[in-house]
Amino acid sequence: MSQVLPSPARPTSRAFDVLEFLSRYGTLIALVLLIVFNLIFTRNFATWQTLNVNLTQVCTIVIVAVGMTMVIATGGIDLSVGSIMAIAGALAPMIFLGTLFPVGNIYLGVTLAIGIAVLVATLLGLFNGWLIAQFRIQPIVATLVLFIAGRGIAQVLTNGNLQVFKVPEFQWIGLGRPLGIPVQVIMMVIIVIAAAWMLRRTGFGRRILATGGNEKAAELSGIAVKRVKLAVYAISGFCAGLAGLVVIAINSASDANLVGLGMELDAIAAVAVGGTLLTGGKATIIGTLLGALTIQLVRYTLLANGVPDAAALVVKAAIIILAVWLQQQGRVR
Amino acid sequence: MDDAPLLAMSGIEKRFAGIPALSQASLLVRQGEVHALIGQNGAGKSTMIKVLTGYHRKDAGEILFEGKPFEVSSPQQAQARGISTIYQEINLVPLRSVAENICLGREARRFGLLDWGAMHAEAERLLARFKVRIDVRRPLMDFNTATQQMVAIARAIGFSARLVIMDEPTSSLDDQEVRVLFDVIGQLKADGVSVIFVSHKLDELYQVCDRVTIMRDGRTVRTAAMAEIDKLTLVSQMLGRDVSKAEGHATAFTDRPAGKIGDTVFSARHLAARQGVADVTFDLRTGEIVGFAGLLGAGRTETARLVFGVDQPRGGTMQIVGTPYAPAAPSAAIAAGLGFVTEDRKTEGIVPELSVAENMTLALLPRISRNGVVDEKQQRDIVARFIKDLGIKCSGPNQKIRELSGGNQQKVLLARWLAMQPRLLILDEPTRGIDVGAKGEIQRLIRRLADQGLAVLMISSEIEEVAEGADRVFVLREGRSVAELSGEAITETNILAAMAHGHSSQTQEVHA
Repeated sequence: MSQVLPSPARPTSRAFDVLEFLSRYGTLIALVLLIVFNLIFTRNFATWQTLNVNLTQVCTIVIVAVGMTMVIATGGIDLSVGSIMAIAGALAPMIFLGTLFPVGNIYLGVTLAIGIAVLVATLLGLFNGWLIAQFRIQPIVATLVLFIAGRGIAQVLTNGNLQVFKVPEFQWIGLGRPLGIPVQVIMMVIIVIAAAWMLRRTGFGRRILATGGNEKAAELSGIAVKRVKLAVYAISGFCAGLAGLVVIAINSASDANLVGLGMELDAIAAVAVGGTLLTGGKATIIGTLLGALTIQLVRYTLLANGVPDAAALVVKAAIIILAVWLQQQGRVR
Repeated sequence: MDDAPLLAMSGIEKRFAGIPALSQASLLVRQGEVHALIGQNGAGKSTMIKVLTGYHRKDAGEILFEGKPFEVSSPQQAQARGISTIYQEINLVPLRSVAENICLGREARRFGLLDWGAMHAEAERLLARFKVRIDVRRPLMDFNTATQQMVAIARAIGFSARLVIMDEPTSSLDDQEVRVLFDVIGQLKADGVSVIFVSHKLDELYQVCDRVTIMRDGRTVRTAAMAEIDKLTLVSQMLGRDVSKAEGHATAFTDRPAGKIGDTVFSARHLAARQGVADVTFDLRTGEIVGFAGLLGAGRTETARLVFGVDQPRGGTMQIVGTPYAPAAPSAAIAAGLGFVTEDRKTEGIVPELSVAENMTLALLPRISRNGVVDEKQQRDIVARFIKDLGIKCSGPNQKIRELSGGNQQKVLLARWLAMQPRLLILDEPTRGIDVGAKGEIQRLIRRLADQGLAVLMISSEIEEVAEGADRVFVLREGRSVAELSGEAITETNILAAMAHGHSSQTQEVHA
């Protein structure tokens, strides 16, 4: 039986709601606390080098997590991002090294390599979206297909061989430092700003949130829900492809077994810690950025203070649980 | 027949979050009778059944079953004590075999292992009682809905049920299957098993039930033998409208149209859908409020969904200002100038996490975007205008819609469509679940919109809303438009009569 209750207005005169406040600003507070802690206890923390190390490491997670944020905003999830990174990472060297087809000019080769790898990644994302929108397969199952098959495809492409290369023209995207700022950091900043702007200011952003917030209502308002879903998974694939290229550029090598391994979970963790609702309908790109930075900084803090990486994983898990719990507290109110 | 009741529920009270769902409700079911339980949405039927089967705990009252106090804390326990429920959506396991479904929870065992032979024999024996002969080894999902329902009933009997509750059992059955079900009910009755039959199809009730309990607003209004109560009385008591009493004004729909009723905007002929709509014909004119009246399940919402392109019709034609119209999706309907305020605000209307402004401009997005970017200024202006025009009470356009009261949410949803300047607006239960004040405001607003030339299709289960608000009324009954009333003929009496009998003396039959 349906109980129709007027939804009570939020209590406005409540003196100070700690949980509400924490659920909104928790990630930012955690990040600030971490920085303060490090400034006091970690040696050589306030240096360009530390900043650079942390930013370079966090870049790929942020780029993938931006795409993931949009997918999650529609109420979905994308498990295939790590595998898509591996495919993009396997494909690009085959093109600029000329193993796939001969390319005369290295600049042409690098352009083609980046273009084709990212295009393929986008198409793979589109394939995810197609499974989900057209056949109404649950996102977690639909993207599991490429999660499993994708890494296999990457290995078949490369015959399971490690591709080692030294191509500065390509590796600029991972190692270049215009004005002393790493290229991938610039890339990350552009993507974050573009995505945040899109989500807030464009009709497409509104459609994403409406689809995730109430799919039926969105459809009844004339929104082409299927197209929205296709688009967000394609964007997620695009971001993953880009991140895959950055990873191999930094490593000077592409190993289909390792590129993007576990990335889907890091990205989802960043999104969750950042305050995006995992059920969809509410998303914050800046939150995702802060979430990724927090997780990164926790790991760095523990490592810099002599805690082994294995233990850092446990702390990471604890942070995720705390973040999700706070989110729920914020919602109940 | 033994006159001592099998089940006696009395003085039942149940509140949800302080809102009473049942107050002093009672239900008496005799041994071996088929007892109809009827009432509007929210009348308390389902709550009553859920209290009985232990799904909800009652706050007060007494339940006697076979003369003894009956207190269970789960439907499983109720089943073990002899009360089985068969729900609308059959709650069986589609992938397991028929025999497994029938014996689930009381499997035959031998030496600690499942005794398949005994279970198959048991299943066949139970089904044979209803003249159903199927291979009980095959998975349940291989069979049609009617057979699945028989399996559910057989399962109930297998638990030696003394009382079987059927919640709208015929809603997904065809005529042939309904006949089989009624045979089964006859069989149960002959065996001394009682049945509580929840349905909105009046003809069925008269066909199969012995007595009826009518509920309204959480109370038991009347219990009577089916033979003693005619359809009209049944419907009026269910809706709480006394046919004999003089009719006063109960809504804010005060006057008849001030504007001019113009040309036909929309017409539908012989609309039919896979479910719920069999043959609906109606038309709408500019400046006019057309009301859809009918009992639950009469096909009103289903028809609206066809018109708006949410579902696809299986037969019939539609026209908008004389040109054929067949929307493949809501977006096509919107492009044709339609708007649809749905019955269920929460699941089909609001996007809870978005703001008042974002909710209001959801359908309008393409028109206020330039190159995909939302024109914030234009949005602000439009939203501010509607907040003022409709008197939407909110802290500002950026407040989340879920924080608003039901009435104000409804106004935002109305604004969502009004901003589109539609020529036809469908309102499904526009005032359900909102407080009296807001209700009046919305009713006055609907009148004003029609007077400005909008064609309005208003679906309402509140008979006074249709009678006082609509300029013309179509009465739907079991998926068919059975009567059209206009002018002086729009009275509650006539509407009730058409709902009960399918026609009334003062109506024109809707003809082909």
